[in-house]
Amino acid sequence: MNTDHYLTLSALLFTIGAVGVLVRRNAIVVFMCVELMLNASNLALVSFSRAHGQLDGQVAAFFVMVVAAAEVVVGLAIIVAIFRSRRSASVDDASLLKY
Amino acid sequence: MSQLAVRVIPLASGEVGVPVVPAEADGLLSLVWLVVALPALGAAVLLLGGRRTDPWGHLFGCAMPIGSFVVGLAAFAQLLGRDAEERQVRQALWTWLEVGDWQAEFALLLDPLSMLFVLLICGVGSLIHVYSVGYMAHDANRRRFFGQLNLFVTAMLVLVLADDYLGVFLGWEGVGLASYLLIGFWAHKDSAATAAKKAFIVNRVGDLGMSLAVMLMVATFGTSSFAGVSAAMPDASEGTATALGLLLLLAACGKSAQVPLQSWLLDAMEGPTPVSALIHAATMVTAGVYLVVRSSFVYAFTPTAETAVVVVGLVTLLVGAIIGCAKDDIKKALAGSTMSQIGYMMLAAGIGPAGYAFAIFHLLTHGFFKAGMFLGAGSVMHATDDDVDMRHYGALRTAMPVTFATFAVGYLAIIGFPPFSGFFSKDRIIEAAFGEGWIYGTGALIGAGITAFYMTRVMLLTFLGSKRWRDGVHPHESPRVMTTPLIVLAVLSLVGGVLILGGWITGWLEPVTGPEEPHDLFVSPLVLTGIITLVVLGGVAIGWFTYGAGRTIADYPPANVRFATRAARADLFGDALNEAVFMRPGQQLTKALLFVDDKIVDGFVNGLAALVGGSSGAARRAQTGFVRTYALTMLGGALITVVATLAVTLT
Amino acid sequence: MTVPWLTITAVLPLLGAVALALLPRRAALAPKAALGLSVLALVVGVAGALTDYDPDASGFQLEEQHEWIPSLGAWYSLGVDGIGLTLVLLTLVLTPVVILASWHDGDTGRWSSNAFFAWMLALEGLAVGVFAATDVFLFYVLFEATLIPIYFLIGGFGGVRRSYAAVKFLLVSLFGGLLMLASVVGLYTVSNGAGGPTYLLEDLARIDIDQTTGRLLFLGFFIAFAVKAPMFPVHTWLPDAAQAATPGTSVMLVSVLDKIGTFGMIRFCLGLFPEASQWASPVVIVLAVVSVLYGAILAIGQDDMRRLIAYTSVSHFGFIVLGIFVLTPQGGAGSTLYMFNHGLSTAALFLVTGMLIQRHRSALISDYGGVQKAAPVLAGMFLVAGLSSLSLPGLSPFVSEILVLVGTFRESVVAAVFAVLGMVLAALYILIMYQRTMNGPARASAATTPDLGLRERLVLSPLLVLIVLLGFFPQLLLDVINPAVEATLDQVGVSDPTPDVPVTAEEVP
Repeated sequence: MNTDHYLTLSALLFTIGAVGVLVRRNAIVVFMCVELMLNASNLALVSFSRAHGQLDGQVAAFFVMVVAAAEVVVGLAIIVAIFRSRRSASVDDASLLKY
Repeated sequence: MSQLAVRVIPLASGEVGVPVVPAEADGLLSLVWLVVALPALGAAVLLLGGRRTDPWGHLFGCAMPIGSFVVGLAAFAQLLGRDAEERQVRQALWTWLEVGDWQAEFALLLDPLSMLFVLLICGVGSLIHVYSVGYMAHDANRRRFFGQLNLFVTAMLVLVLADDYLGVFLGWEGVGLASYLLIGFWAHKDSAATAAKKAFIVNRVGDLGMSLAVMLMVATFGTSSFAGVSAAMPDASEGTATALGLLLLLAACGKSAQVPLQSWLLDAMEGPTPVSALIHAATMVTAGVYLVVRSSFVYAFTPTAETAVVVVGLVTLLVGAIIGCAKDDIKKALAGSTMSQIGYMMLAAGIGPAGYAFAIFHLLTHGFFKAGMFLGAGSVMHATDDDVDMRHYGALRTAMPVTFATFAVGYLAIIGFPPFSGFFSKDRIIEAAFGEGWIYGTGALIGAGITAFYMTRVMLLTFLGSKRWRDGVHPHESPRVMTTPLIVLAVLSLVGGVLILGGWITGWLEPVTGPEEPHDLFVSPLVLTGIITLVVLGGVAIGWFTYGAGRTIADYPPANVRFATRAARADLFGDALNEAVFMRPGQQLTKALLFVDDKIVDGFVNGLAALVGGSSGAARRAQTGFVRTYALTMLGGALITVVATLAVTLT
Repeated sequence: MTVPWLTITAVLPLLGAVALALLPRRAALAPKAALGLSVLALVVGVAGALTDYDPDASGFQLEEQHEWIPSLGAWYSLGVDGIGLTLVLLTLVLTPVVILASWHDGDTGRWSSNAFFAWMLALEGLAVGVFAATDVFLFYVLFEATLIPIYFLIGGFGGVRRSYAAVKFLLVSLFGGLLMLASVVGLYTVSNGAGGPTYLLEDLARIDIDQTTGRLLFLGFFIAFAVKAPMFPVHTWLPDAAQAATPGTSVMLVSVLDKIGTFGMIRFCLGLFPEASQWASPVVIVLAVVSVLYGAILAIGQDDMRRLIAYTSVSHFGFIVLGIFVLTPQGGAGSTLYMFNHGLSTAALFLVTGMLIQRHRSALISDYGGVQKAAPVLAGMFLVAGLSSLSLPGLSPFVSEILVLVGTFRESVVAAVFAVLGMVLAALYILIMYQRTMNGPARASAATTPDLGLRERLVLSPLLVLIVLLGFFPQLLLDVINPAVEATLDQVGVSDPTPDVPVTAEEVP
């Protein structure tokens, strides 16, 4: 197996996620795209770990998963709260924190 | 006790510098501190005591200088009983300051010179205190007046008794403060408050000279005491001596109202008349003469500065006399004459050992007759509801016989009519001036003529001629408490000349000023005396034909007059000059700096703040609130980082 | 056992501040408690000075030293020499006076009067700490910490433009503090390179700092202190602050806090960077003389009494800085004494004008006239305070001014001649203010001015008594100051100036 393929896949997934974050307005979709990016980086970490024969990358991937889980908990709660108060899940509507 | 009490250092120029070498004060003389302490106590009690001390404040205020006078007399008797070279004593009180190599002690120096001043200040001072009891009887703030008079006496005594230039400076500014307070005693009048401020500020300009002199002394000698400076003076360069002499002259000009710092004295007449008599005639304004005579050990080494003193004295004696001719305000006329007479003293003091004793002699006699005349003027004002315009007087001779008689004695003394005291003192000064150079002598002689003229004018306008009193004015003689001091001062003006008999005063002052020098005259002294008396009589005659001899006096000064008269009325444009040269440019500078400070210096600070504020205002526009914008920025940042990393690693 | 006098003196007011903040908000209690605590601090401080301080010895005394942050080389290290002791005493004397003077000033602020007096006490404690710190890091921390109470005192209890003034003051001071921080960090590097990090003054003084580094570090400290002092051209925050603050706050600011600037110049600029100090002294002397004249001329042009006094302080601080940087014994001792005397005289002036302003709700000179007739005691105390500000001989500031001038004259005649002009200008600004407010015909409003009450007389009397006492007996303080100044000048390595024509012993018997 060649590491390159995994890395290419990881880059593709990351790009899809990044584009999704930038172009979609629905907070849930943006959120899933963020997850996609996180998992893309997980894939890269694990691939490198395998290629170098060290466990560091896999440990890091675990950390990312934990962070992602925590983020889901907080993030979804916020999205639900916003949705409840203004009947919309569009990220562009929640632009109050500006100058 | 040093055996070197009078050491004389001969110089190439023939002059001598007499060092100050005092002995410790002992016996009765160790009570010298009381002379200063008594009026200080009086000032403290009266000024801090408040209204509680009102009922007896004036009596207490009189008692203090009288007490000092008694102590002074006792000390005088002690000094008289000693040999000439043991007449300098010093009483150290405490160390004022000691930093590095400079040590200044709080010490009193009693020697023949300061002894005479103590007697003059306390004697004339006491008389004027007594006079004020009557003069200020109706003033609600009489106690404060006495407190401030006592403060003045204290400061003046410190001035003449200090043994260190720093101590002189303390008294110097102390009398300035007292003068400020007393000129502005009726401070509810704007004119009085302004005159007081002017006096203080002009004096401060003179004080620059004093403080710079102290600095120069410490830098050069490491000390500012009379003893130290006089001992080291022979080793100093002439440049240093000249600088010191000129700086001390600047100080003297301020305090003694000499040209170019003369402008404050005429305005100072806003103060109550006893103040004018004590401070602005008899004592404080003569402090400059004291300073020059005291610093004889400096001037001995600098002919340049001596000449400067002579020139200042000569110019002032003429300027003062000319101003005195044109004033209708009796106090201002007398003030002009004060300037002029102090000019005589400065002239004499500048001549050097040949003139020191005569300067002090004239200072004493002037203290008697001018104080007497000022108090007489006060008595006249007292009788005419505080009118000061001589055109409103006339024929007061009959209404106020005692005032008239005593004023007349003063008049005869000031014009130098034999055998009144002023005759002796002024005669000697003119003589010494001729010995110094014919131009000085001629100037002094002309001054004597003008003096005779304007004093005759004052006399005629006030006491003789026809009645010109305002309606409702009923002149009356002043109470006994006021006339008694007048009589005492008149007697002193009459007999003051005895001090010169047998050369007593020159001998007495010799331990301070060195022996008197003989001077060459172009004629015999007796002929010169005759010439002087003729000139004086000529001045009197001109005065008589102008203002006496049955002429009517206009109620208002004539408006259509020559330039010379207008100039004299405007104090020879002294105020106008000050205004044009210092005040206006000063005000412009202040305005300009206010602008600079507000707009440029502070503008820079505030501008910087505005710049930061403005740019952050622009930068915060980037905070749109759209999550996707932030995400794009982050992505962009990440890309730049990656590209930069690649660029670095690949090259 | 040695008593940690300095710590007690500094911590007592700080604890008091905390206690006051926790006390119930009863207005009557706060000033009394604050006054009691500040008097107690004064008693402790004086007791310490009398029992354990030897005026003849040089070097630091009443020392305390504990390890604080070893990895930085920072110590909790206190101690005073004559200079520090003088300023600690000034702080201790002024605080009770200010608290008594500000009895009702806390009632009208943004917060309760508890807060006002708590900040005052906090300021006192921190100021004592600053003057006593012998560790650069500790000094820096306390130096910046003093900004907090004064910021709240100006911003919370001042007049109309208090927010503007408070922010301006804070930002300008922080800017100076930042430069100082850079130098503090630099000192760490220097000391680390010389054998291990230390911030102790005594250790730092022994390190040989190379020329360029020394000069750069010097500049960081100097600019911070110049802002604090304040010197031309970084003075503009002071008039604004003085105009907006309550009189008591102004006194704490100008009489105590600003002294940190000039104190720092002696302690740190001269003490740590002798070479750089000599290098910079010509420029500093010029700036100081400019401050003297510039502040005085601007004071003449002011109509607001508080701004006027602030500008007089710019002028007086010019004298102090001048005395420090001419590097002569008279200059140094004069400057230190000047700090104390200026504290007293400016405090008296701020407080007495504050009492006048409080009576008529106007600080403009042009609104007054003829007050003397109605309120002679007020006028008299105003006059004495004013005269002390114009350095009348017999009052304490004169001694310090003439010492500074004499010291300057020995170093630079030109500077002395220019600086002495400040004396004439001082007479102008004080007497013009006095004449326009107190003299002249009484304005209708001024005719009913109530005279000073008992509390107000009690506030001013100790200040005026000290001013007169030290005018005649300055040696009381000079005895303490002289050894410290001499030690500092030794450190700089200048020799005492000698007279050109010394008076020999046999000439003066």
